[in-house]
Amino acid sequence: MDGSGDPNAARKAWLSVLAKAQAADVAALWAEAGYAPDHEVLRAPEIGAVMVRGRAGAVGAPFNLGEMTVTRCSVRLASGEVGHGYVQGRGKDHAMQAALTDALMQTADAVAVENAIVTPLRNAAEARRTTRAAKAAATKVDFFTMVRGED
Amino acid sequence: MYVAVKGGEKAIDAAHAWLAEERRGPEDVAELSVDQIKGQLKLAVNRVMAEGSLYDPDLAALAIKQARGDLIEAIFLIRAYRTTLPRFGGSEPVDTEAMACDRRVSATFKDAPGGQVLGPTFDYTHRLLDFKLAADGEVPSAPERAEAPETKPHIMSFLDREDLIQPEPEGAETPPDLTREPLELPAARPLRLQSLTRGDEGFILGMAYSTQRGYARNHAFVAELRIGACAVEMGIPELGFAIELGEVELTECETVNQFQGSKTEPPQFTRGYGLVFGMCERKAISMALVDRALRWKELGEDNVGAPAQDEEFVLYHADNIQATGFLEHIKLPHYVDFQSELELIRKLRREAMGQVRQEAAE
Repeated sequence: MDGSGDPNAARKAWLSVLAKAQAADVAALWAEAGYAPDHEVLRAPEIGAVMVRGRAGAVGAPFNLGEMTVTRCSVRLASGEVGHGYVQGRGKDHAMQAALTDALMQTADAVAVENAIVTPLRNAAEARRTTRAAKAAATKVDFFTMVRGED
Repeated sequence: MYVAVKGGEKAIDAAHAWLAEERRGPEDVAELSVDQIKGQLKLAVNRVMAEGSLYDPDLAALAIKQARGDLIEAIFLIRAYRTTLPRFGGSEPVDTEAMACDRRVSATFKDAPGGQVLGPTFDYTHRLLDFKLAADGEVPSAPERAEAPETKPHIMSFLDREDLIQPEPEGAETPPDLTREPLELPAARPLRLQSLTRGDEGFILGMAYSTQRGYARNHAFVAELRIGACAVEMGIPELGFAIELGEVELTECETVNQFQGSKTEPPQFTRGYGLVFGMCERKAISMALVDRALRWKELGEDNVGAPAQDEEFVLYHADNIQATGFLEHIKLPHYVDFQSELELIRKLRREAMGQVRQEAAE
């Protein structure tokens, strides 16, 4: 994710965190931070679908698995930064808040915005993942060999 | 002859009002919320997403509520909704090797790296009704075990290293899409897989079972079954790079099948593949078996005339919305059609009876 030499790595990472976050979590953090930047809506929140693809045998030819709902939105701050929000599901507020966050992350306030919005969302996602992984690990089979009866 | 008939509006309105009331059920019982369906009837939600071909747990739960629990009706609602959405694009193929696995088992290798992880499975339950659930829903919390993240490589990759498993051919970057182009035969494997993954679970299960019972036998082992969350990544034109758009729960099944070799292929194991939205284990295993049966031509096997080898039969009958649409339409008014049948049969009878009378008179 980071340190790969990809100039877009940081932006890609925060956009991915915003996309996968729970809409309610984004709304709560956004309200708490109280951001209300002056902006112009370039593309009003729009609900659509993305065709999710898989590969035959996990490694072979791509095939269409089915669609998922996605909402997108674009904004431009009064200071000029353009933000794009692409989020899973049908949350128009979620997409708008993601686009505004993306724009704010390109301003001088990036560190504060990261601390207020992106980092808590990343931590929440990590916590959900760790809990599930720990429950899965508890169901891992420990095999043991029975002592054979014959000499 | 086609005759337009009007009427029945009042009856239809009354029927729909009664339907709404019946859907709600007794008013002294609390109403089901969409969140309850999403959280507590998750496997039904998963099936509706898989066969409705749209990953959105909230919509699937709403559809189940509206359809009064009739899952095919709910799938119909999702399919109808899906058609209203603009398509933003197609994702990169999901990387199932990087799946955050809730469950991962192999029936072929006991000591697979990453281990046998049972997950929240019905397996090993005694299938006895639990009357405690009728009283209250209190459950103890599941145990947890802190563990360093461990990679879970695909089991197939081990066989692949020894050339013991047939390699998967590459394909077009943009696969054919049966939601955009009518399904035409012969169908390449990507099209077959799309059709199978959204096909009716019962139908695919029946087809898979028929291969196990001997119709195009291809003795399958479940090399690996994994269930968990995968990130979905797509290139965003306005950004000029790809981002993760979301995360979907998937069930993946890879089977390894006996293969004696053919005129064109050396003896090696072959593979069947199942990948389905949500936790849909029965469907994913069934899909892998049917996928393998349908591959007889590309593997140079004989067509033994089994139903599961017949792609026209399988693919044209797997879709429960097409099937139920055609099936259920015959209950709608066919008054004029039937009137002409009635007249025809009366005429034929008159002629036949007249002939009998004439013969008797002679």
